[in-house]
Amino acid sequence: MDMISIPVVNMTPILPEIFLSVLAMVLLLINVFSPGGQKSYLAYISFFGIVATAVLVGAGWGAHIESFGGSVVLDNFATFFKMTFLIAAGLTVLISDRYMEREECNHGELYPLILFAVVGMMLMASGTDLMTIFLGLEVMSVTLYVLAGFNRANKKSNEAGLKYFLLGSFSTGFMLYGMALIYGATGTTRLYKIAAILGQMTLPSANILLVAGMLLMMTGFAFKIAAAPFHMWTPDVYEGAPTPMTAFMSAGPKAAGFAALMRLFLLALPTLQVEWSQVLWVLAVLTMTVGNITALRQDNIKRVLAYSSIAHAGYALVGFAAGNGTGTAGILFYMLSYSFMNIGAFAIIILVAKKGETNGNVSDFAGLGFKRPVLAIAMTIFLFSLAGVPPAAGFIGKFYLFAGAIQKGYIWLAVIGVLNSAASAYYYLRIMVYMYMKEPTEEFEWVQVTAPVTLALIIAVAGTLIPGVVPSVILQYAQMAVKLL
Amino acid sequence: MENLNSYLIVSAILFAIGTIGVLTRKNVIVMFMSIELMLNAVNLTFVAFSRYLGNLDGQIFVFFIMTVAAAEAAVGLALIIAFFNNKESIDVEDVNLMKW
Repeated sequence: MDMISIPVVNMTPILPEIFLSVLAMVLLLINVFSPGGQKSYLAYISFFGIVATAVLVGAGWGAHIESFGGSVVLDNFATFFKMTFLIAAGLTVLISDRYMEREECNHGELYPLILFAVVGMMLMASGTDLMTIFLGLEVMSVTLYVLAGFNRANKKSNEAGLKYFLLGSFSTGFMLYGMALIYGATGTTRLYKIAAILGQMTLPSANILLVAGMLLMMTGFAFKIAAAPFHMWTPDVYEGAPTPMTAFMSAGPKAAGFAALMRLFLLALPTLQVEWSQVLWVLAVLTMTVGNITALRQDNIKRVLAYSSIAHAGYALVGFAAGNGTGTAGILFYMLSYSFMNIGAFAIIILVAKKGETNGNVSDFAGLGFKRPVLAIAMTIFLFSLAGVPPAAGFIGKFYLFAGAIQKGYIWLAVIGVLNSAASAYYYLRIMVYMYMKEPTEEFEWVQVTAPVTLALIIAVAGTLIPGVVPSVILQYAQMAVKLL
Repeated sequence: MENLNSYLIVSAILFAIGTIGVLTRKNVIVMFMSIELMLNAVNLTFVAFSRYLGNLDGQIFVFFIMTVAAAEAAVGLALIIAFFNNKESIDVEDVNLMKW
C-alpha cells in the first residue's frame, strides 16, 4: 500500500486569516451563550481583534512567501490591501454599536459576520489562484448579502439583501464562466502559470476562449466594484442596508474587488493588456459619468453617496486602465483614503439620522453647522476630500490616478476624469450649503456621540487629512506594494 | 476526447437558458433556480475541460463551486423568507420600495 504523503504547507501567509476566522467563531459562540440585551462587548472584542490582526498583518510587510502550491501569496500588495480592509472593518465596528441599538436590531451575529467578510477580502487580496480568489470573493459576498439584509424587520433592508443576493450571485455566474474558459484555454488555474503559458502563445488576443473568458470575468468583477453599466444594484442596496453596513460595503468590498482584479489582470493577463485597458477605458468613462450625473438629482443622502461611490470606482478604474506604476499605486492610495473619508461621512449620517432611518435627506442636514459645529466641520472635511479638494487625501489620490493615465498617454481619459470631478463638487457642496447656510427646519434632536463613534471620527479625520498633507506616509508603501506585480 | 465541443455547446446553452431565466422570470425562487442552472453550466464546462486536458484542477474547482452554491442557497432562501414575512410575496415586481 502506498503511503499517503502529506505535503508540508507553510501557514504563515494566512495566519491573519486563521486568527480572524477563529475569533469570529469564538464570538459566535459567546453570542449564543450570553444573555440577550446589550451586545456592546462583542463590538469591543471584535475591535481589539481587528487591531491585533492588523499588527499581525503589519509584521508581514516586506515578506514574499508563496504557499499552498502557489495559490496564496504573502507580499506587500496583499499586506497593503489587508490593512485597508482591516481599517474599514475597524471603523465600521466602532460606528455600528450605537446604530444597531437605535434600530433595535442589535443581534450579536453582526460582528462575526463583519470579521468573516474581512477574511474573504483578505483571501481575495492574497489569492494567486482562480480558486482562492473565487472562494475569497464568495466568503465576502455571502456574508455581505446577510449584512445588507441584516435589519430583518425593515422592509428596505429586506429588499436590499434580496437584490444584492440575486444580482451578486448572477454576476458570480458570469465570473465563474469566465474562469472556466480561461482554465480551458490555459489548462491551469494558477495565475503565474497562466501568465507563463500566455507568454509562450504566439497571438493570445486571437484566442477566442481567452478573450471571452477575460471579458466574462471582467463583467463579474465590474458588478462587485459597482462599475457602470453593472451598477444598477448599488444605490438600492446602499440605501436599504443598515447605514454602517453601507459604509463598510462602499469601502471594503470595493477595495477587495480592485485587489483581485489587479492581481488577475496585471499578474495573469499582462499579455492582453492592450485589449483589457481599452475595455477599462470605456468602463471608467461610463462609470464616472453615470455615477456623477445621477448623483446630482438625488435627495436621499445615502443614495447621493451610493452614486458618488460608483463615480469613485470610476476614478480608480482610470488608474487601472493606465496600468502603470503611478496609476496602480494611485488605486491603492485611493482605496485606503476612500475608506477613511467615506466611512467618516457615513458616521455623521448615522448621527444625524433618527430611528427607522428617517432624517436621511440632504435637507435634514440644514443647520448642522450651527447646532453641532464640530460634526459639521468633520463632515466638511470628508466631503471636501470626496470632492477632491486639496489638502485632503482625495485630491492626492485623484492626482496620482489621473497622472498615471497621462503618463500612459490617455490624455482624454484624464480630462474626462477631471471634468467629472468638477461636476461632483456640486452635490458635495450642496450638502455643505445646507449645513452652513440654511436654517434648521425642525428642532434638532440632541445626538449623542458615544466614545467609540468619537474615536472612529478622529481616526477618519486623521486618515483623511494626514495623507493629504504628507502623501508620502502612505504613498511610499503603495508604491512598494505595486512594485512586485 | 474529440467531442469536447459538444460538451461546451451544451454548457453554453444551459448557461444561456439560466441567464434568460434570471432576466425574464418574475418569481424570486425561479430566478434563483436559474442562477443555479448557470452555476451548473459552469461546472459542466470545468469538468469537460478537465477531462479533455487530463488535469484535475477543474474538477476540484467544481467541488468548491458546489459548496459555495450550497452556502449561497442557504443564505438566499433565508433572505427570501425574510422578505416574504414582510411582504407576503416573492414576486420581483414587489421589490419596489427603492427606485431611482
